Amino acid sequence: MSCEIIIIGGGLAGLSATISACEKNLKVKLFSVLPVKRSHSVCAQGGINASVNSKGEGDSPYIHFYETIYGGDFLANQPPVKAMCENAPNIIYLLDRMGVMFNRTPEGFLDFRRFGGTKYHRTAFAGATTGQQILYALDEQVRRFEANGLVEKYEGWEFLRAVIDNKGVCRGIIAGNINNLDINYFPADAVIIATGGIGMIFGKSTNSYICNGSAQSVLYQQGVKYANGEFIQVHPTAIAGLDKLRLISESVRGEGGRIWTYKDGKKWYFLEEKYPSYGNLVPRDIASREIFKVCVEMGLGIDGKNQVYLDVTHIDRKTLEYKLGGVLEIYQKFTGEDPYSKPMKVFPAVHYTMGGLWVDFKQMTNIPGLFAVGECEYQYHGANRLGANSLLSCIHAGLSVGDNVLNYISSLSERCEDIPLKIFESEKSLVVSKFEQYKRLNGAENPYLLHQELGEIMTENVTVVRYNERVLATINKIKEIRERLNNVNILDSSDFGNQTLFFVNQLYNMIELALVIAKGAYLRNESRGSHYKPEYPHRDDQNFLKTTIALYDKEEPVITYEDVDLSILKPVERKYQ
Amino acid sequence: MEVIVTIERRKSPVESSYIETFRVDLPDSANVIMILMEIRKKPINIKGEKVSPVAFECSCLEEVCGACTMNINGRARQACSTLLRDLGGKINLAPLRKFPVIRDLIVDRRKIFDALKRVKAWIPIDGTYGMGPGPKVPEKVQRIGYKLARCMSCGICMEACPQVNDRSNFIGPAVIAQTYLFNLHPTGAMIEEDRLETLLEDGGIGECGNAQNCVKVCPKGVPLTYALGKLNRDTLIYSIKRLLDT
Ligand SMILES: Cc1cc2nc3c(=O)[nH]c(=O)nc-3n(C[C@H](O)[C@H](O)[C@H](O)COP(=O)(O)OP(=O)(O)OC[C@H]3O[C@@H](n4cnc5c(N)ncnc54)[C@H](O)[C@@H]3O)c2cc1C
Ligand code: FES
Repeated sequence: MSCEIIIIGGGLAGLSATISACEKNLKVKLFSVLPVKRSHSVCAQGGINASVNSKGEGDSPYIHFYETIYGGDFLANQPPVKAMCENAPNIIYLLDRMGVMFNRTPEGFLDFRRFGGTKYHRTAFAGATTGQQILYALDEQVRRFEANGLVEKYEGWEFLRAVIDNKGVCRGIIAGNINNLDINYFPADAVIIATGGIGMIFGKSTNSYICNGSAQSVLYQQGVKYANGEFIQVHPTAIAGLDKLRLISESVRGEGGRIWTYKDGKKWYFLEEKYPSYGNLVPRDIASREIFKVCVEMGLGIDGKNQVYLDVTHIDRKTLEYKLGGVLEIYQKFTGEDPYSKPMKVFPAVHYTMGGLWVDFKQMTNIPGLFAVGECEYQYHGANRLGANSLLSCIHAGLSVGDNVLNYISSLSERCEDIPLKIFESEKSLVVSKFEQYKRLNGAENPYLLHQELGEIMTENVTVVRYNERVLATINKIKEIRERLNNVNILDSSDFGNQTLFFVNQLYNMIELALVIAKGAYLRNESRGSHYKPEYPHRDDQNFLKTTIALYDKEEPVITYEDVDLSILKPVERKYQ
Repeated sequence: MEVIVTIERRKSPVESSYIETFRVDLPDSANVIMILMEIRKKPINIKGEKVSPVAFECSCLEEVCGACTMNINGRARQACSTLLRDLGGKINLAPLRKFPVIRDLIVDRRKIFDALKRVKAWIPIDGTYGMGPGPKVPEKVQRIGYKLARCMSCGICMEACPQVNDRSNFIGPAVIAQTYLFNLHPTGAMIEEDRLETLLEDGGIGECGNAQNCVKVCPKGVPLTYALGKLNRDTLIYSIKRLLDT
């Protein structure tokens, strides 16, 4: 039995982690449901932040740090955020060295654009497909390590459970092959989770179809703390779709795009009017609430529907093509309308989870040997993430985790080869029997319809505006869906490529995480960042300047609170007027 | 609109394929993925029989990941960006032909990734520690590099290329274009000769028959024939040099 490390997920975070582990000469088994090159990170459009101050504006990593903490309404622990912002310029240079085709200035230097929540040009970008370009560069570096024999890829394998020994230490995983349904155990001295976002819990979102949070939920059910679950970012500008709410990146506003609707027959630029200094680039939570208010409360949406205009028609075509081509192409493709000559119609959509697996400053969860990096953990964005900070946090955490894992392994008195095999065997049989049980499900409910129902109530009641009464009703409804899940039909009896089998398993997990989100929201009686309750419209530092911690319980999560590390900046009121 | 969807299905790699037809009702703004999602919600074929849901792959749903590539009405394309209003009332779905089928519409495209390994499609950096900025790249080079770098390894160009077939092991246009991308970069160029060497091997650029189908079908407008042309020249110069050197 060989003891290597295991990384689950090959998005920006997982690939960065792989590279940093390989540089420490650790052998990596890299698991991903899809070929890593098709990970959700390819969707990121707008860019990645780093205060390189190449435009002589006086920007600095410290200002970046301040704006990130301020933008997150002071809920993030400060030291790791500071370290991330300080490391950001290095990361951009590194990506540049890896060959990412970032946009250039006429002199050949890296170009930077503006994003929300800042007045500086701080965002490096590769057209409007930045995530794709960065993911490919990291994928290529990992392929190089694969060719050298340091990385072994398990693509088409789904993480199903961590193996935790009787001392509470993580010793490996159980994973299943989504094609031939082989379920097996894989021992390791450390496991790094990098499984990304959870948009599927809301049915339709800007996320990829595979972002279901199932892995995070399994771990939570195994005793890993889940932090700040209620903080869900709703992005102000997406296009409505039947299968997905496709994002129109914030970079569109960064490049001068304007939001408006009609009021009294005249164009009303409501963000510019209310927030004169940030205008269309107020942070996302604020922009989403304003659009929500204009459409839902004032009934001023375009054509009486829930939509406002996002307008770039005043910008010349060449600039648009070079800087935003990829996003505008998506709009054109899916709506059939030409964004170069007609304003786009957009509405807010679930986009990102600030909450996630709890980790310490070394990216380790409360289970020794189990680490987490990327969108699946909670560390860097507080109550609201600033645009273009996610790619940064994924790569920063990924690149730093290799060192931490190596130190952790060196400190182990017992390596995974010392662990009796029967622990792995029994964990495996747990999962195998669960899947056998799924195969026998022959009730009346359709799992895909049940998922749709979950998504609808979550989107309706636990997104932009949250009322306690409705959130409470949602919690009860989720529990009802959980009951009904026992009465689903598995639809497919095949032992090969049976997608429904895996989907039912994911749905069980999505439901548990939905409860974490809803209960966290219910108990947080204040408004902070993305979490807004009309009944409690103000931030309440006295009671809630605290990290929410959810621990699993069969009935519903047990919620407690932890202090936030405020050792560098003093909380002040957040306003963007 | 009501559509009649005929799908070429297969239960596993070792079983033979069969045809199954469904009737679905969706707005004309829906994409082909929605058809498959509707079928899951009500897996009943046109004869009224209960059947297993159709297996398919998708992720980004906005044509940047390449996962959902399949044959739609005889043409390889991404199901997520193919809308019903462009297809009419009768739709045929089949898996890609140039790759082994796993189940239904899912195929195994590992050979693309293996080929990328073969041509060393990466920039050989020293390490990830801070070394300052990378080499300056002229905007002109960035523009062409970016176009090449948008290739999502979907396999459509291989599906359209007559030279990719059972009898050849041609690595295909996409991978060759990536070779050009890495040779274009100042650091990437440091192992240019390794890559050219590989392209001169069996399955390399010599297999290209210049049918030029690839560039016509690429959903991302990757300048495939441009890269092929450049590399034809580069490999020629390289092989002459190699000859003279020995
Ligand atoms: C449309 C869109 C645009 C965005 N634009 C930007 C932007 O411009 N700038 C920015 O900073 N951020 C942006 N974001 C956010 C950013 O893209 C994500 O937060 C980030 O890419 C997440 O990366 P990750 O590595 O954590 O996860 P992902 O890229 O989602 O990767 C997750 C990986 O885990 C694997 N996986 C998941 N579950 C399992 C399992 N159970 N078993 C095995 N493998 C599993 C997947 O296959 C995948 O490889 C955007 C997000 C969206 C939705
Ligand atoms: S799902 Fe990604 S290209 Fe279609």
